[in-house]
Formats: sequence, structure tokens, C-alpha cells
Amino acid sequence: MDFSLSEEQRMLKDTVERLVRETYDFEKRQKIADSEEGFSREVWGQLAELGLLGVPFPEDFGGLGGGGIDLMIVGEAMGQGLVVEPYLATVVLGGGLVELLGSDAQKEEILGAVVGGEKLLAFAHGEPDGRYETAHVRATAEKVGGGWKLTGRKSVVLNGGEADTLIVSARVSGAHDDEDGIGLFLVGKDAANLKLHSTPAIDGTRVAEIALDGVEIAEDAVLGTPGACFHAIEEVLARAVILLSGEAVGAMNMAVDTTVEYLKTRKQFGKALSQFQVLQHRAVEMRIALEEARSLAILAAARLSEPRDVRELAVSAAKSGIGRHARFVGEQAIQLHGGIGMTWEVPVAHYTKRLVMLDHLFGDTDHHQERFAALSDAAA
Amino acid sequence: MDLNFTPEEQAFREEVRAFLQSDLPDDIRAKMKGGKRLVKDDYFRWHQALSKRGWLATNWPKEYGGPGWTPVQKHIFDEECYSAGGPRILPFGVNMVAPVIMKFGSQEQKDYYLPRILNLTDWWCQGYSEPGAGSDLASLRCSAVREGDHYIVNGQKTWTTLGQYADHIFCLVRTDPDAAKPQQGISFLLIDMKTPGITVRPIILLDGEHEVNEVWFDDVKVPAENIVGEENKGWTYAKYLLTHERTGIANVGASKAAMLHLKAIARDQMKNGRPLIEDPLFRNRLAKVEIDLMALEMTNLRVLAEVQSGGAPGLESSILKIRGTEIRQELTDLARRALGPYALPFQSEALDGGFNGEPVGPDYAAPKAQQYFNMRKLSIYGGSNEIQKNIIAKAGLGL
Repeated sequence: MDFSLSEEQRMLKDTVERLVRETYDFEKRQKIADSEEGFSREVWGQLAELGLLGVPFPEDFGGLGGGGIDLMIVGEAMGQGLVVEPYLATVVLGGGLVELLGSDAQKEEILGAVVGGEKLLAFAHGEPDGRYETAHVRATAEKVGGGWKLTGRKSVVLNGGEADTLIVSARVSGAHDDEDGIGLFLVGKDAANLKLHSTPAIDGTRVAEIALDGVEIAEDAVLGTPGACFHAIEEVLARAVILLSGEAVGAMNMAVDTTVEYLKTRKQFGKALSQFQVLQHRAVEMRIALEEARSLAILAAARLSEPRDVRELAVSAAKSGIGRHARFVGEQAIQLHGGIGMTWEVPVAHYTKRLVMLDHLFGDTDHHQERFAALSDAAA
Repeated sequence: MDLNFTPEEQAFREEVRAFLQSDLPDDIRAKMKGGKRLVKDDYFRWHQALSKRGWLATNWPKEYGGPGWTPVQKHIFDEECYSAGGPRILPFGVNMVAPVIMKFGSQEQKDYYLPRILNLTDWWCQGYSEPGAGSDLASLRCSAVREGDHYIVNGQKTWTTLGQYADHIFCLVRTDPDAAKPQQGISFLLIDMKTPGITVRPIILLDGEHEVNEVWFDDVKVPAENIVGEENKGWTYAKYLLTHERTGIANVGASKAAMLHLKAIARDQMKNGRPLIEDPLFRNRLAKVEIDLMALEMTNLRVLAEVQSGGAPGLESSILKIRGTEIRQELTDLARRALGPYALPFQSEALDGGFNGEPVGPDYAAPKAQQYFNMRKLSIYGGSNEIQKNIIAKAGLGL
């Protein structure tokens, strides 16, 4: 067993951490999150230049051929800087689906543009009453003439408003919660009969509501085999959970460090807060939660290339456990900062918002705890 | 032992309900139910309705215009108000500075300020905390130096809730920097917010809202007769005020309303094709917090009964503060979690009363994540929960 990073992984870590540290301070992050688009084209260009937009893709398509650990590394750095650029939506979700299901021509065209920073993607999958169920798809895809017609609603689509191309899941057969029968379709942002409503999310990111009212697309906009896309979706979501686990660890690390530093400097009753044992213990509990989260993130990252049952057990363990630990660290970071931790101007409040809201992406603590129980039971 | 309300108390509850039905403005009720932003005029109209009915100053003795209610009646009133969607009664004037003026103020102060609080001429805010004096309030540094018939005030207060609306601020100021103990050099001063030299700066909270402020004093001239009681005795008055701040600290009424709302959300939200309230995990979380809330309510009623028969709450108020805030926080936490992905979108403009844009997700979704983050303040303010535990350990358990 070896927990050390490879030479390439160390370089990746240095590269992405340096970028975040040197060009993405809190003030800049706030400005970017507050801007019209909600992310920075300049930062996106830097990510492309450094090759970071190709981390998970094969080298044939300009990628770095990275695996789970590499995604975790990128996520951790992004968590440290609370990066709001659409990496998850474009690279991990959108790019991942194209990589796993696309034709050679699609991969050539789309992945090339993604890696080069010229194209943004979003995965329009969630639906108003779908909550966290991966197989829940009510939107329909109907064969018409030489193409397909899409009808339905998609909700809380990460960076849906910023994407050039949406990858829309829609059902070609089966009941609304069947794993079989789900297709994926490429839809341009300007498609007719597509309505998109973009809003900020409370953690500084962006999400969109999408209505497809008979959106017609050509046959070459089909991704993979209509009806047989579930397993690719699940695999891409596993990658997403790994990136988010890294992100949570990075943000928790910052929250713990900032809090410990604050306890040492803030004085009340004539001494530093760090002198109060009850606060020492709380800080220790935060640090323990961070280490547990890191362990779960590493586990899930390392299991990404394993068979489905092994992989998904680790994914659900990470998403459930980290959801719990991240919320604890976030809440306590504010509590130990006192009133100042409640204010917009301090980074810790924003770390907490991200740490708590991560639980609302791709299944929360409860969802994954149940899923873990089922997977664990099936494996035994 | 009889845990039922008396027939008189039941009748009183009906009377309160009838009042709320007829006098709580519908638009305010709708805003409260929808978790919308309240503006000053909303508070004003609600307070005005209460004032007209003689129910604004529920803690005041009859001689000053209070209704003369028992603690149990106040509890019933509170519960019914929240249940009907009444905003909280802003405590700064009626429940904070007023009791101090009644107990320690001069006759002139009583005659001038109390009626103006009761008829809503004056809005008050609180000048206690400072950047360096939070939990350790007695270390405050905002100074007041006597010059002739004035005090000259210099310094800064912070976390001043709704200070942007206030006409007056009651302040703890340091009048004797050389006192042997920090508690001994503090005075209680009433200051007109329009006095030259006062600057109010908004503090935006993590949810993007302007709820609290910094208040700066730069050579502010305050008439000497605006001091309450004696110079350097302010700490005694401040502690007296804090005991009043504790009245209703458990916030049972607000939490019961939040519990009902949470259950309604859990019935509406779907998980795997079934209402979320039928999901075993979530159902158990709901049950646990509801049980905790029942225990809190009983504890609160026990304390009220004790007060009604002449006792004074001791460590119980700290217990009520700790558990009351933890339960309220948990309720907002569960409401956020109940929404699933729809907790993420944050349409700030949807929280304005006149919003007629396109809502995202279910109509109750918009304020939930924001409320969860905002409620983190509960375990920090009014003496953090850690401080409350210190109080119980020391004063309650003798440790």
C-alpha cells in the first residue's frame, strides 16, 4: 500500500495549487462570483493553458489521462480558493459524458474545444421531482424525421446558463425511474423551443431551470446509444463526487486553519480564545472531521477505476460521510468565529456556505447513507 | 398536577386568535408565511395594531400601559402570534430599554420615553457589543467623558440590529476608565441617533442581508440628563436588561410554527415517488426534533409557572437559550435539507414583497437556505451557547 502521489500527480498538485494561490484571492473570487457571467473567462483561459481542462481525458484528445486521484487533487485546490469556474459542469460532467459515450468525431470536436477552453458544457439531468435519484428521467425524446424531439423540464442544472452546449437526458423508453431507456442529447444553447432561467446559487455558483418544449435536434446530436446511457451517467457522477470530495477537503482545510488562527488571536476575558479548553476541543473535533473526510475522499478517488460495485460503495461512503463532516466543520467555523463569522466580508462564511451546500449536489448525506446500506448489503 | 390550560386561559387564546384574524394585516401575514423580507413599514403596521389593542408591551406592568398578563398568557399570546404569521415584536424599545427606564430611570425619563415607545414615536436600537467586546461585554471601550452638562461620546458599537431604522440608541459606555474592575466604570446612556457625530454603517451578513450595523461615535454631545440611574452603575442595569432579554428566549412559538411548516414541506417534497415525510430517515429526524421541541415547551412552561408563583429563573434561562436555539437551528437545517437540489438556487429578489417574477422550484423554497445560514447567529448572540454553559456550570452546578 502506498499513499504517496506519483511524480505527475505532484506536478499537477503544484500547478493547480499555485494557480489558485497566486491568482485567486478571496477578493477576486468575490468579484468573479458577483460578475455578470459568474465566472472569469480569464481564469478559464489560464486553466486551459496549464492543461487543467484536460485532466480526466485520454491523451489522444489533448487530455492528461488522469484518474480519480487527479480529480481529487484538482478539487482540493479549487476548494481552497472557492473557485467558481464551471470545471465540474464542463470538464467532469459534460466532458466526461462525451468521453465515455461520444463517437470519435464528437470526441474530436467537443473534447478538443473543452480542453482548449473554447467550449462550455452543462449536464441537464435533474428534474423538479427527481430529488437525487440518478435514474429519474421524465423528459422524453421522440424520434421524428431525421432526428429527435425533446420535451420536459430540467432543474438546478449546474452552469446551465453559461454552457454553449447542454447535454440533456431524456427517456426513449420505460418508466420514469427505470435505469434502461435513458438517452443523452446535445442541445445548443440557442436551440428553438428551449427556455432557460439562470439564477445564482447561495454558495456563489450558478444554476439554471430549463424547459424543453419540443426541442428538435439532428441525429448527429445523439450521444451514445439512446436508451443505454445510465451506466455512463453513473460513472460520470462518481467522478463528480470525487471532485467535490476533494473540494470539500480543500475548503474544510481552509476553514479549520482560519478558525485555529482566529482562536489564537482573538482575546476575550483577558486571554486568547485558544486558552479555553472547550474551544480547543471543538477545534480538535473539526480537525478530526477533516482527516476523516480526507480519508473518504482518497478512498473514493482510488476506487474510481475499480468495478462498479466496489466503486459505488466508496462513492456513497465519501458523499455521505463528507457531507456530514463538511457541515460540522462549516457550522463550527462560524460558531468559533462568533459574530464576525456571520458576515459577508470574511472568507470563513463563504467556505461554510460551500461546505453546507455541497450536500445538495448529486445526493445528500441521507441519500448516500441509504444507498451505501443497500450496496453494502448486496455485497455481503 | 394539571398540564391543561385553565378555561380562562383557553378563552384568552380565543381572544388572541380573534384579534390576529382581524388585525394582523393580510399582506404581512403572507410575507411571514412566505419567508419574505419585512420592511420598516411592515413592522410599524404590526406594532401599531398591537399598540392600539394595548398588547404591544406585554411585559409592562399595568400602570405603564401593559396588559397585566400572567407569564402563561404571554406564552399563549406568543404562540398564537407566530402561528398566525405575526412578525416578532422588536424588543429593543419595549422589552429592553423600557424595563430599565421603569426600574432605574428618572421621572422625566419615564414620562418622556415610555409613552413614545408605546405609541411608536420612537424606535430604539441596542448599543452593547463592540468589536473587542462580545462575549466579554464588560471589556467595552466606547467612552463618555463629562464636560459641563454633556457627555462627549467616542467609540464604536457593533451588531446593532435594525439600527438603520432607529431614532434612539441605548448604550453602555465607559465613564471611569480607572475603575478597579471593568464592570465598575460603565454607565447606561440614552442617545438620539440624529445627534451630530453618529455614523451608521451597514454590516452585510453571509446571507446578503442588511440586518445589523456598526454605529460610530465621533465627539457626540449627549445631554447629561440622558444617563439612566447613576454614573458607573450601568453594569447593574445592563444585567437587569439581560434578564428581560431572556423572557421568551426559548422562542417556543416560533419553533412550533417552524415545525408545522417543516412538516408541510416534507409532505409536499417527493423522494422515490413517495412524500419525504414517509421516508424512514427523514421521518425519524422530524420525530426527534419534535420530541425535543415538546420537551422544550414543557421546560418553558415549568419555568413560567415558577415565575408566575413568584420565583425567578436561574440556570433555567440558560438551558432555555441553549436548547431553544439548537432546536430552531435544527428546524431550519431540516427545512433546507428537505428541499433537495432546490435549496441551491438563490433568488434574492424573490424575497421582496412585490416580486412577480418566475419562482424557481416550489414557492416555499426561496428563503430556506438563507434562513438556515442566518439562524447560525442564534447560538452566537445574546451570550453564546458556550458562555451559557459556563454560566450553568458556575452558577448552576457550583463548578
